[in-house]
Amino acid sequence: MSRLHVSLPGLNMKNPILPASGCFGFGKEYAKWYDLSVLGGITIKAATLEGRFGNPTPRVAETESGMLNAIGLQNPGVMKILENEVPALEPYNIPILANIAGSTEEEYIEVTRQISSSPQVSAVELNISCPNVKEGGIQFGTHYKSAADLTRKVKAVSKKPVYVKLSPNVSNIVEMAQAVEEAGADGLSMINTLVGMKLDWRTGNPILANKTGGLSGPAIKPVAIRMIYEVSQKISLPIIGMGGVSTAEDVLEMMSAGASAVAVGTANFVNPYVCPEIIEQLPKLLDEIGVENISEMTGRSTKQWRTPLSSR
Amino acid sequence: MKKHLLNITSNIEIARNIFEMKLTGPGVGSMTTPGQFLHVSVGNQSSKLLRRPLSICDVDLERKEVTLLYRAQGEGTKQLSHKHEGEVVDVLGPLGNGFELAEMDKNKHALLIGGGIGVPPLYYLGKHLKKKGIEVTFILGYQSIEDSFYIEKFKEIGETIVTTVDGSLGIKGFVTDAMMNVVENEPVIYSVGPAIMLKAVEERAVGLRGYLSLEERMGCGIGACFACVCPTETRESGYVKICSDGPVFKMGEVVL
Ligand SMILES: Cc1cc2nc3c(=O)[nH]c(=O)nc-3n(C[C@H](O)[C@H](O)[C@H](O)COP(=O)(O)O)c2cc1C
Ligand code: FES
Repeated sequence: MSRLHVSLPGLNMKNPILPASGCFGFGKEYAKWYDLSVLGGITIKAATLEGRFGNPTPRVAETESGMLNAIGLQNPGVMKILENEVPALEPYNIPILANIAGSTEEEYIEVTRQISSSPQVSAVELNISCPNVKEGGIQFGTHYKSAADLTRKVKAVSKKPVYVKLSPNVSNIVEMAQAVEEAGADGLSMINTLVGMKLDWRTGNPILANKTGGLSGPAIKPVAIRMIYEVSQKISLPIIGMGGVSTAEDVLEMMSAGASAVAVGTANFVNPYVCPEIIEQLPKLLDEIGVENISEMTGRSTKQWRTPLSSR
Repeated sequence: MKKHLLNITSNIEIARNIFEMKLTGPGVGSMTTPGQFLHVSVGNQSSKLLRRPLSICDVDLERKEVTLLYRAQGEGTKQLSHKHEGEVVDVLGPLGNGFELAEMDKNKHALLIGGGIGVPPLYYLGKHLKKKGIEVTFILGYQSIEDSFYIEKFKEIGETIVTTVDGSLGIKGFVTDAMMNVVENEPVIYSVGPAIMLKAVEERAVGLRGYLSLEERMGCGIGACFACVCPTETRESGYVKICSDGPVFKMGEVVL
């Protein structure tokens, strides 16, 4: 077995790298740039029950070492995704993590029921952390009880493992993680974007039509690392880490904090080849620190040894 | 679609805050369609991450040289303006769908209308049209004489009418104020600029065939992130993505 192989509930990945939801569409655009079969997996754009148009434009704004987005969960709806988008990924033979969202519990449940029935979908990512829609989304992700309730109900209908995608916009991320673990989640994805805002200093008006948006990119990486570090010590679920990852070094840092796999979002916009380039770089970095299998990296920060493994 | 590293051959200010950058490299050979854009990285180690979509203004296929014009307005484009000859710029492209030229033989007259930093792609387009034997008229709108650029170069291709908001050059007013006499000949319209200008152009060109190129803030530039959508009534989905379905659309195809 390859030294980059990692295994998480429902996700048998030949390497720990997958694109993050919303930053890779449904894969077909990036398939024009490289062969997607090199990826460890793919997270597809959030699915809702009906198609959604999303927010008015402008929807993105640049910030220091990051960006704000307020797309608003635009997608063609779960049925069209299952008809047109998911089948197109078949030739690549990689695990598909299907991100799902909704305005009500009923919508989340129905979308999960439909999408998890697809033999091609490997696992479900429950998006209770989108900051850019008025109803649902983050509302479920900022109260322990509603997050746990929703997780339980979605778990009850899902035919595939469920990863709950946590919002960093909470006062206590550990309690949130514990609540969804207790409710039966199979894994966690963290973190979604941090709510932020940018104004035009000349006019005083917000740049984004939605006024606020979600901050992503390298600027949020330290927040992600800290949250994964804290959560991974208090729960036993595997974590898909994300937030500002753009290099192979970032991947190993995030795994050291406690992640078992790592998703790459915003960096795809900067360099469309970033995922394959990271995957190619990883074995070289492992050689440098004398680690054979990448799965050994997970949670290194909290284990006993602090010296490089090579000098143990 | 490719990522290219191109070398700067020149990068100079040609009007107030407007820069002309020429870049060379083997990748330029693929940039043959007017109306397409390059997604340009502004700094190698910059904290400005997002690329800037810049329209192709001209291409010299023999010298493998592409010309981009941009306004140094925000921090990112200011960084770009500080780059020197010999430095390398990372670009994706050519991206998007350019102007429809095949359909043009039927008509002998084209009216190309551009406002501000929407003007550059009309240059490469005008050259292509002229080569096909099509008569080209330009209407170019600027804020004032200090902001105007490339007028002499446009004149080499065809009749060029200039408008300025403050009246310091050409006709005082907007591009639409200069349209009336020209549209009588029923030309095909090609227009690039802010949505509000395109909307006004469309209103004055009722019944004519035409193409509009839209501008929007972009993320990925390749159709994956849904940052750049525009509503439409002509497609079942109800939207188009400007970066990958456009930036050029038929007049009337999108809701401005
Ligand atoms: C343009 C854009 C769209 C996104 N859409 C979604 C989405 O549909 N569902 C979701 O769970 N997260 C979405 N996210 C959040 C990312 O999946 C990821 O959690 C976040 O951006 C942090 O990672 P990054 O810094 O690598 O981008 C989106 C992010 C961006 C930038
Ligand atoms: S910029 Fe990403 S879809 Fe157009």
